[in-house]
Amino acid sequence: MAKVLKSNLAAAIMAIMLAIILIYIYSAAAIKMETAVFVQHMVNGLSLGSLFALVAIGYTMVYTILSMINFAHGDIFMMSIYFAFFAVSSFHMPWVLALFCVIATTPVIGALIERFAYRPLRDAPKNSVLISAIGASFLLENAATYLFGGRPKALPDIPVLTRVITIQSVNFQVVSIVIPIITFVLLAVLLNFINRTKTGIAMRAVAQDYEIARVMGVNINWIISLTFIIGSALAAVGGFMWGVRYPGITPTMGVMPGLKCFVAAVVGGIGDIKGAVVGGFILGLGEIMIVALFPGISGYRDAFAFVLLIVILLVKPTGILGSKAREKV
Amino acid sequence: MSKKTAFSIAAIGAILLLALVLNSVLDSYSKRVLNLCAIYAIIALSLNLVNGFTGMFSLGQAGFMAIGAYAVAIFTVPVELRAQGFYLEPMHPAIANIELPLIVALLLGGVLAGAFAFVIGFPVLRLRGDYLAIATLGFSEIIRIIFTNTQSITNGALGIKNVPSLSNMFFIYLAAIIVFVLMRLLLSSSFGRAFKAIREDEIVAEAMGINLFKHKIASFVISAFFAGIGGGLYGALLGTVDPKNFMFTLTYNFVLIIVLGGLGSMSGTVIASFIITIGMEWLRFFDDTLILFGTEIPIFRPGLRMVVFSILLMVIVLFFQKGLMGQKELSVDMVKGLVSRVKGLGKKRGDGK
Repeated sequence: MAKVLKSNLAAAIMAIMLAIILIYIYSAAAIKMETAVFVQHMVNGLSLGSLFALVAIGYTMVYTILSMINFAHGDIFMMSIYFAFFAVSSFHMPWVLALFCVIATTPVIGALIERFAYRPLRDAPKNSVLISAIGASFLLENAATYLFGGRPKALPDIPVLTRVITIQSVNFQVVSIVIPIITFVLLAVLLNFINRTKTGIAMRAVAQDYEIARVMGVNINWIISLTFIIGSALAAVGGFMWGVRYPGITPTMGVMPGLKCFVAAVVGGIGDIKGAVVGGFILGLGEIMIVALFPGISGYRDAFAFVLLIVILLVKPTGILGSKAREKV
Repeated sequence: MSKKTAFSIAAIGAILLLALVLNSVLDSYSKRVLNLCAIYAIIALSLNLVNGFTGMFSLGQAGFMAIGAYAVAIFTVPVELRAQGFYLEPMHPAIANIELPLIVALLLGGVLAGAFAFVIGFPVLRLRGDYLAIATLGFSEIIRIIFTNTQSITNGALGIKNVPSLSNMFFIYLAAIIVFVLMRLLLSSSFGRAFKAIREDEIVAEAMGINLFKHKIASFVISAFFAGIGGGLYGALLGTVDPKNFMFTLTYNFVLIIVLGGLGSMSGTVIASFIITIGMEWLRFFDDTLILFGTEIPIFRPGLRMVVFSILLMVIVLFFQKGLMGQKELSVDMVKGLVSRVKGLGKKRGDGK
């Protein structure tokens, strides 16, 4: 099984590489794009993809354990950006401290949502849980509007991260290199945690069958809370970086990235953490490349994710890395 | 004619008469709120057809509404007023000179929404549960994105203004009643009962010879048709139509309505539409500053209303999963039963003393 997964992952990475090369040839031949510009778009795509990946991991972890879509995850992400905003602009924290504050505070929201919106419905019909998730998301958006106001805010400039470096006439911000690095470090840590530690094993046991896991002495409430905490913490890292990279913090800003990251999780194969990362990169690169190659349809960039979702669900419902058949379609 | 039918016809007549009278008596604000109740009832009924009666979970209503609203907005604005709104890019010559009466535009909107639902239904309705919800939500956003980008047809993000505004209560209530009656007839036919069978158990329904996909897509298309008509009325009521009106958060209102009224209860949906719409207006005092004993209470400021609203939604979902009516319908017998129970309660208390 492990071998199959590995080769699946390798095949996926190879396919992405091949696609990138093809896109490069197309961009050079058909629209005479310069290599520097192409690399520029690639860097943008990679950093957007890493952000998607960080948030998508949260979706996939919750889905593995509770088989539900945590609709509020995108709004947790939004909240983390607001926390970053207040940490940097109101409390004048240096950015590293602010990042840690955001990582410490955001999971509280995730855990509270799990405790009050999902736990009471654990044995209820699936549609009730879905409605509750929508309700939680709606509540977070409205609470953010009420508490922080609806006017768009922007994170103050953090010079260390937003400084522009030029290498061989390719300009990019430091942050767009930092994001992929952080993503891969966190991914390695998370995979180690899940595969090596006792808590990680308990987590996988709960994902398999939580009744049995309970019988085996696993504290399933704690494990489920922990899943939400880890997912929210990763979303918080993504949120902080998003805030540095893109201006415009509004109460409903989390929804679109949230939906896209869910799509990323499905595309990669829901239930698989590496899959979520692969899906995130496909989505991020795809979106940037569509805008770069076909400027005429750039208004439709948000539609790309949903088209991809429909296609993947019809062609390979288990996602790119998914191996087990699950009831989805 | 059975007693029940006679009673229904009498009730319909009474409502229409009441609408006619209220139309000339009430001020424009109350009329607007009551009209909104009826329009919300139409759209919530359409959502309940899919979510409550067929057991699927669609979140695409805002998109279908947008199609209906744009059909009305594009075709009912008087031709001479169009150039005013379309100043960035003139209206496409193919449609620039077509003006339709409201009823035709409404039906056109409904048909277009239904046609769109039919097209996306083929891929989308293969999905289940959460996936269906996400895919329909995605399509409703795609509709909005398309409308934002087709500048020469929908005027893009600027929206269409000068839509002849509709405030005739009789007309809107008549439309709501027609939708209600049609849906009632549909659901009591064998075709409609198959929807309920699918909701209860797909496998058993299939074994009984029900063509799952055909019924699912029928339910989805009919729902979109009614949502399109509701959206058209909504657009006409607002007087301006722009893509921001049809964010997917609009769908959440209808989800709340059908959850409160009971998934699978038509009368519950109508009652809940009135409760929610009027309640939302009544809750407006939360948004005003409140001054008690000369000091301003700091928590009352704009935005609180929606927080309270979403907390109410959560409370209903968590503690009253069946909603007001569950899957039951309001009927004469039920009211009689309720009245006698209340009377009985009074008697018992009296006996106790």
